[in-house]
Amino acid sequence: MVETDVVNRIVQQFGGDRTRLLDMARAVHAELGHISEETVAALAKALDVPRVEVRDMVSFYAFFFREPHGTNVIYLCHAVVERMQGADDIARALEEATGTTFGASDPDADITLRYTSCIGLSDQAPSALVNGVPVTNLTVDDVPELVAALRGGRDITRLRQAQVGNDVRTAGQVIFAPTERGAAVRKAVTMTPDAIIEELNVARLRGRGGAGFPTAMKWKFCRQAKEDVHYVVCNADEGEPGTFKDRAILALQPNLVFGGMTVAARALGARKGILYLRAEYEYLLRDLESELDKRRHLGLLGDNICGCEGFDFDIRIQLGAGAYICGEESALIESLEGKRGAPRARPPFPVEHGYLGKPTSVNNVETLCCAARILVEGGAWFADIGTKDSTGTKLLSVSGDCTKPGVYELEYGLTVLQLLERVGAENAQAVQMGGPSGQCLARKDFARSISFEDLPTGGSVIIFGPERDLLEAMRQFTAFFAEESCGWCAPCRVGTTLLEKCLQKILDGKGTFSDLEALETLGETVKTMSRCGLGQTAANPILTTLRNFPILYADRVRSDDGVMAFDLERAKEECCSVAGRAPATGEETP
Amino acid sequence: MAKPRLATGHFTGCFGCHMSFLDIDERILELVELVDFDKSPINDKKRFDQPVDIGIVEGGVSNDENAEILRDFRKNCKILIAMGSCAITGGVPALRNTMPLKECLEEAFLNGPTIGEGDGLIPNDPDLPVLLDKVYPCQEFVKIDYILPGCPPSADTLWAALTALLSGEEPSLPYELVKYD
Amino acid sequence: MSAQNDTPETSGETVKLLIDGVEIPAREGQTILEAAADAGIYVPRLCYREGLPPGGHCRICTVKVNGRPTSACTFPASEGLVLENNTDELNTMRRQVVEMLFVEGNHVCPSCEASGDCELQALGYRLGMIAPQYPYQNTTRELDASHPDVMLDRNRCVLCGRCARASRELDGKSVFGFEGRGIGKRIAVNASHGLAGTDIDAADEAVAACPTGCLLVKRQANLIPVGKRTYDKTPIGTDVEA
Ligand SMILES: Cc1cc2nc3c(=O)[nH]c(=O)nc-3n(C[C@H](O)[C@H](O)[C@H](O)COP(=O)(O)O)c2cc1C
Ligand code: SF4
Ligand code: SF4
Ligand code: SF4
Ligand code: FES
Repeated sequence: MVETDVVNRIVQQFGGDRTRLLDMARAVHAELGHISEETVAALAKALDVPRVEVRDMVSFYAFFFREPHGTNVIYLCHAVVERMQGADDIARALEEATGTTFGASDPDADITLRYTSCIGLSDQAPSALVNGVPVTNLTVDDVPELVAALRGGRDITRLRQAQVGNDVRTAGQVIFAPTERGAAVRKAVTMTPDAIIEELNVARLRGRGGAGFPTAMKWKFCRQAKEDVHYVVCNADEGEPGTFKDRAILALQPNLVFGGMTVAARALGARKGILYLRAEYEYLLRDLESELDKRRHLGLLGDNICGCEGFDFDIRIQLGAGAYICGEESALIESLEGKRGAPRARPPFPVEHGYLGKPTSVNNVETLCCAARILVEGGAWFADIGTKDSTGTKLLSVSGDCTKPGVYELEYGLTVLQLLERVGAENAQAVQMGGPSGQCLARKDFARSISFEDLPTGGSVIIFGPERDLLEAMRQFTAFFAEESCGWCAPCRVGTTLLEKCLQKILDGKGTFSDLEALETLGETVKTMSRCGLGQTAANPILTTLRNFPILYADRVRSDDGVMAFDLERAKEECCSVAGRAPATGEETP
Repeated sequence: MAKPRLATGHFTGCFGCHMSFLDIDERILELVELVDFDKSPINDKKRFDQPVDIGIVEGGVSNDENAEILRDFRKNCKILIAMGSCAITGGVPALRNTMPLKECLEEAFLNGPTIGEGDGLIPNDPDLPVLLDKVYPCQEFVKIDYILPGCPPSADTLWAALTALLSGEEPSLPYELVKYD
Repeated sequence: MSAQNDTPETSGETVKLLIDGVEIPAREGQTILEAAADAGIYVPRLCYREGLPPGGHCRICTVKVNGRPTSACTFPASEGLVLENNTDELNTMRRQVVEMLFVEGNHVCPSCEASGDCELQALGYRLGMIAPQYPYQNTTRELDASHPDVMLDRNRCVLCGRCARASRELDGKSVFGFEGRGIGKRIAVNASHGLAGTDIDAADEAVAACPTGCLLVKRQANLIPVGKRTYDKTPIGTDVEA
């Protein structure tokens, strides 16, 4: 059987290493187009593991097809910002041009249409991944040409829309300042690991991935964990809707990222590093690999780095397969080990018990860049930028209703209003700070400052103009969490879906004030009872708008007279059609 | 002072809850002392003609007629009680909820083992109530004030709850009396 | 799936915890759920089963540790932890999670073989659920009756993973696993079509481990009369509190 041959070859290629199952599955998928139950069985056999274990993994990731599909796959980004910029029109145009619908393939199995959540191109929305190639700033008029190119087998990378703009609107001193390849590593080899950690401590660097944990402390804990092997992991899974700053870094400053990882390796005594790259950014892989090669040639990676005896370190890039939760550090580690991306119970924390059970420091792309810069410029220099508890600069990914969307590198401490003026959005109705998992700010909050002490943010800033239906956007955010919930724990798995349905009911004009109370109670329960950060923040869009925009909700609910709004006509439709009865008319639903 | 008025209604259920109600045995005499019976399947009164203090309903909502009467109950009863699993969750009739109504109807009227080849017909008389796509719990249609679980709730459960309400207290049932089956 | 299920290491040293204001001893590293149980304090739980590594799936055992909510079945005891367990706030939220599980699946207790012996149902009783307050989701779930002796009715599955852990840890098999994610997650079996293709046996610990009527031995239903079943008269957790 072809499948078995392909599987066996690929499993061999990875040395039969069970922990590389994600890579194997990706390779098999690339070759066979999908992963059938037979392929699952073949993988299980070749690896000598139960097939239920392989199915557990492959059924988890959004980008693995389990059934045959079209030769070409269009993943249209359907996130909030994209829909604000017309993704729904693009969707209709695509359906028309291909003659199929989303979730299906055209009759010739030529083109498959799928929706996907944010692909990190919100500043160039609407956007899509077409056979992995990003196409941006799509208009309805572009669609026929795109479809014709696919049907004609033409190279779509030549299309006008097949480009990603990585212009940085504001470059700051830390991330987008000019860099010299290898500067940080050359500095690191002259320092002891303790001195490196102390430099970060002086800089008061805090993680940029969301939680804001002091990086020096994380590295210290990891270094102190008594094990022979330590790992450095760079978290490039950037999946928070509206974030794309790591994309810009990876495209423009890869040397700083790898430099930061190498500095971390020196500090932790790690010999291996892994950069976990979200599948949506696969198009960046080639350039990243070539940067790694350059560094190996220059002695910045490999054995005895920069002539420093015994400092051996190398980096591999692991691609994901479509799962927002894999940005959570312990889920990321599970994924690296070739499993479903389910977060782990903590404690133990990754710094003690991480990748393959060894101490592992997981750091955001931007954090590692800061670390590299700090080594070159000094901790005190860095601590001088920003505010007391938020030193340095922060990259913001700005999108939505503004005239200048894009990446901004700004000093911490800036107010929301200052930001809005800069990006051309003074009339904003609301700002989603930190993405859906952050908070939805009203105008009354615009004087607050972007900083760990006031408004922490992973970088996503989504702006809603005065005309937007804010609550509909919140419903879409909630649906995103329901879609991305890993399903491990009950409150998040079920609660996110219930939250979305309850809000939908209110938006449909069928809710009452008691539904608003129920919504809030449910939100608090999901927040308190969920196992990881995803569930703990999934109710934030709803909870923060209930608090900041109560009038928007009050306007949508009806008074409570004891009779619920129930769509009786809809419930009767099926019976009428099956029994061939005229749909009863006029029955009024309150 | 006039005695409180009590109405009971029956939707998609097996009448088991009403049977259980009758199981309060001789206590029914006590009940008759305490309340005046209004509309109920027990006395066959068809319509509400005056406000009722307590309404008790059995069964889930599976067709448009159920829905209409349930709403009527809500409008006419000060306190509305859902009695039994079917009223509360859809119960056994809701087993059909996991398959499309079309399949249920076809199995029942076209393809079932007792139906001769070509004899089947899905009833479509305009006088019949129209089935809903699913069997719904009462609380998806109207606000329910109290819920008495059980399949059926035992006579003791019903008695305990009813007497509490009639004496103006919140019903609070002991562990043994709250059962979903 | 190994690292997910490591039992925390116990050093064996005795430490003290404060749970709802009562001081109890614990072995360091022992989970707080077990430490509480040893002291006769019940922390409501569903996916936990004695003798199996914890799963952390149901979150019903959520307690506050020094003010932060976390699962008691996974959190290791250490000196001086201050815990909240039997509070109205937590019990209400626990009840809501139980209600979520009821509407997630298709639970029709009156027609269920496990009724009276089911831990989900018993938690509903103990935590004061009269009826779930959320709308039933009416999802399609597969019933697997392929095996001659064991039945798997996914309509009643709470995804606690107890079967999977028991099969792996106690039976030395791998009959069960998960499939899919989010609300689409289901329990899966180690065969292409149904339990009949697996090496499960009716006497397996995996079957006994199921807290609900999802995994049942055939021809064993309704042998015990109503009134005599496990939770007819005694609330769940009474054994721990005894
Ligand atoms: C649902 C979820 C998604 C996350 N996604 C990311 C991500 O895409 N990138 C990231 O760096 N951190 C993400 N995090 C935070 C990581 O768990 C972790 O805190 C971070 O990578 C640590 O890096 P730092 O210390 O450099 O901030 C996410 C957390 C959660 C709960
Ligand atoms: S909170 Fe959500 S994402 Fe996190 S473990 Fe639970 S189900 Fe998975
Ligand atoms: S599994 Fe438990 S809760 Fe579900 S129907 Fe059966 S008895 Fe009821
Ligand atoms: S089958 Fe039973 S034991 Fe297994 S996950 Fe479902 S409810 Fe839990
Ligand atoms: S018993 Fe602890 S999470 Fe289920």
